[in-house]
This record gives sequence, C-alpha cells and structure tokens, in this order.
Amino acid sequence: MNGFLQDNLWLVALLAKIVVILLILLTGVAYIVWMERKVVAHIQSRWGPYRVGPHGLLQPLADALKFLFKEDITPAGSDRFLYLLAPFITLTMALLAVAAIPFGSSPSASGPSTLIAISDLNIGLLFVLAVSSLGVYGIVLAGWASNSKYSLLGSLRASAQMVSYEISLGAGLVGVLMLSGSFNLREIVEYQSGFYYLNDIPVFPRWNILPQFIGFFVYYISAIAETNRSPFDLPEAETELVAGFHTEYSSFKFAMFFIAEYTNMVVLSCLTTLLFFGGWLGPLFGPSWLQAILPTIWFLLKVLGFVFLYIWTRGTLPRFRYDQLMAFGWKFLFPLGILNVLLTGAVIIWQAN
Amino acid sequence: MHYLFYIFAVLAVAGALAVILQKRPIYSALSLIVVMGSLAVIYLLLEAEFMAAVQIIVYAGAIMVLFVFVIMLLNAGREKPSQKSWLAQKLGLPILVIFFVQMFLVLITAFPKSTVSLGGKFSSSAHSIGRLLFRDYVLPFEITSILILIAILGAIVLARRET
Repeated sequence: MNGFLQDNLWLVALLAKIVVILLILLTGVAYIVWMERKVVAHIQSRWGPYRVGPHGLLQPLADALKFLFKEDITPAGSDRFLYLLAPFITLTMALLAVAAIPFGSSPSASGPSTLIAISDLNIGLLFVLAVSSLGVYGIVLAGWASNSKYSLLGSLRASAQMVSYEISLGAGLVGVLMLSGSFNLREIVEYQSGFYYLNDIPVFPRWNILPQFIGFFVYYISAIAETNRSPFDLPEAETELVAGFHTEYSSFKFAMFFIAEYTNMVVLSCLTTLLFFGGWLGPLFGPSWLQAILPTIWFLLKVLGFVFLYIWTRGTLPRFRYDQLMAFGWKFLFPLGILNVLLTGAVIIWQAN
Repeated sequence: MHYLFYIFAVLAVAGALAVILQKRPIYSALSLIVVMGSLAVIYLLLEAEFMAAVQIIVYAGAIMVLFVFVIMLLNAGREKPSQKSWLAQKLGLPILVIFFVQMFLVLITAFPKSTVSLGGKFSSSAHSIGRLLFRDYVLPFEITSILILIAILGAIVLARRET
C-alpha cells in the first residue's frame, strides 16, 4: 500500500491540485455573483444585497442554501434523460476549461520557475476553445428537452449566436498565435515578457495588446457574445423569452447553469489576460516569499479587472436586436478579424526581411 | 496506455452503432458526437494533439452543433421504421456481411500486425500540417476549398429560389 502511494504520488498531488483550484474557483464564482449584484446595484443607484452579513457578504451562502432546498421540477412531456444531462454537460465543460489555464509562475532562485496550473498542455489554447465549443450542447439540449417554446427559442438563439461568434473569436486570436508561434499558454505569456523601448526608455510592457489591438477588439466583443452576456444576452432576453433556455429549470439544476455561466466568464477573462495582457507578468519585488506569490496576484488582479469590465458593460449598455447581432458578428467582426490576420502576417514578413 | 485505446475504440464502435439503431434523431446525433470524441482521444494516444483538438473543435464543436440545430429546428420526433423493400429485406444482411469480411481482409493484408501500434509518437504539430497543406499539397487544398465554396453557394441559391 505504501509503495503504491509512493508510485502514484504525482496522481495524489494532481488530485489535490484539482480540488484546491476547484474550491478557490467556485468560491470565487460565488463572490463574482455577489460582486455583480453589488456593482450593478450601485450603477443603478441602489444598495444591492445588504442584509445577510456585512455588506451582504454572506449572500452567496444564502443563495446556495436556497438553490439546494428549492423543489426540483421536471416539466411534463420533457425528455427526462437529456433534461438531466444538459446542465451536467454545460457545467463539466465550463470547469474542464480551467484545467488548461496557468494561474501564475513562481520564480525560484535555483532551476526553472514552477508553473501554477493543473496541466501545461502544448495545445492549451486549443483545448480551452474545444471544451468551450462543446458547452453549446448543454444549452441546446436544455432548450430542446424542456418541452417549452420559450426554452426552445432561447436555445436556438443561443446556439446560433455561439456558433457564429466562435468564428470571430478564433479569428481574433490568430494574430496572437502568429506572433508567439505556439498554442501553449505558458509560451504565449513568456513571449510577452520585456518592454517596448522609446529612446532606450521602457514605455510599455511587451504585451500583445499593443501590436494586436484589432485582434483584442474582435476577440473581446466575441468573448462577451460567446458567454451570452449583456449586451448580447438575447438567449435569455427576459422581456421576450422569460429566461431563455433555462426557463424550465429549477433548484440545483438551475444553479449549475448559473455557475457554468460565471465560470465561463472567469475562463474567458483568464484567456484575455493570458493572451493580450501578459498573464502573470508584472513587477517583482520584496522578499522571496512575496516574489513567489506576486505573479499569481498580478494575474488574479488582471482577471478581476476583466470580470469587472463584463459587469460594467452589463450595467451600461442596452441589448442588441437579433438581426443586428448576427450582422455585427458576420459582416463586421469576422472580416475585421481576417483583416487583422493578413496585417499581422504582412508585418511579420516585413520584419523578417 | 493500451487499455485506454480499447476503452475508446469500443466506445467509438458502440457510438457508431447507436447512431443507426436509435429511433430518435437527436439521440443519433449525440451518439455521433460520442464517436467524434472517442476518435479525438485515440488521436491523443498517438500524440497527435493538434489533430485531436481540431477533431473536437471542427466536428464536435461546429458541424455536429449544426446537425443538432437543424434537428431541433424541424422538431423531429421519433422515427417510424420505413416499409422495407424486398431487396433490402432479402439482400441487406448478406451484403453487409460480405462487405465487412472484405474490409477485414483488405485491412489485415495491407497492415500486418507488426506495423500497427495502438499508441505512440506520431507527432502532428500545427507547423508540419501547415507545411503540408500550404506548400506540398497547396493545389488540392485550394481546389477542395473552391469545391466547398461552390456547395455553399449552391445551398444559398436553392434556399433563395422561392422569393
């Protein structure tokens, strides 16, 4: 038994890492929900959750309890198996994407720096894209299996929107891939280390946001649409479709969709940080223990910034009309993304000669 | 690693059978996704990571979503078994058996057991695939693209004819 444990220590370590990261992530997600309610409330001159705990800080706990104790309803005439399967697919795919995301890299005096991530995949970026593209099935099946017109219309909208914007999302990323020449998220971040110099004075970190501004623009708008967030939240347009694809879901199954949506937000914010804003790169100072955790802190701060941007957009912008949404994605964002690929390619060739 | 190959090979075949045996179209489509996923895992066992990712992104993530989308749009319910023709009833099974035996014989002679491996290094990086597609096989690649473009145009023409 002892020998078995020693042989499989890597497996135990991996499982421990997964559990710790999942716990932190899910707690984070719960508090992002709290943050969203607070921020949107303040944008609308309200207080937001205030009663449960100081400044409503225990609200996520109360919400979770409420979700757990609500009656779990399966609508009549629904496809029971697929109705149950849908929230599991959505949540699993959302959480699976986290497996490929590096959260930081602790420098050490001796040897190479250790990467803080569940896995360091060669195809990290493709893995995240693949897994998030599978998340559509949960939404599609939820709408179909619910036996409800609102759900069906919501999920038709959602799947059409996600398939369309996935293309411009990819088009926006190609520029970054061309610059760094790798799908590995660690290498993409390492490519961005250093500074841009003007007269030998460092003026701006070598983040991809500067050379890939068009790519970032295309990518970020597509990312908002991909997570079905406002101003692209037509799949759950409350005024038209009650709540879209999850209209018929209650209790914990609804909570699973909810958690998945916020996890997707976090994952896409992480990707934005890694691809365009230098990931965990930032100034390192202080004693060695501080230097070890600073990269992760920079990373989390940047991610929090993008999550805030998500919420800010939601509180500020009105919703698109559906035909506008499709025209915007296909006729504006996608060609712009392709243009960016051509431009980047031209610049790379020009620099090589 | 080999037991992983067997698990996913069996899953792929079972999924493929389920595609044709299911009565409801949406379950058939979902079974097909299981097949695609299993194939992606088999690519991974061959260390063809890029192929595996593309398999999921293109087939499971894009093409099958459109399939499921259309099934939902038509709200297709349970399929009724068609009145089988005399030919299909009498000759279906024998032709199937002959076809399978033939395929088995061809494969077993073309690839003797020593050349087959269930996992290992068949590195297919984006670099090497890109080199093959855009340098060595650029003409067939472009012709295929034009063929697909023509098919898309044809679909648009057919759909627009009424108005």
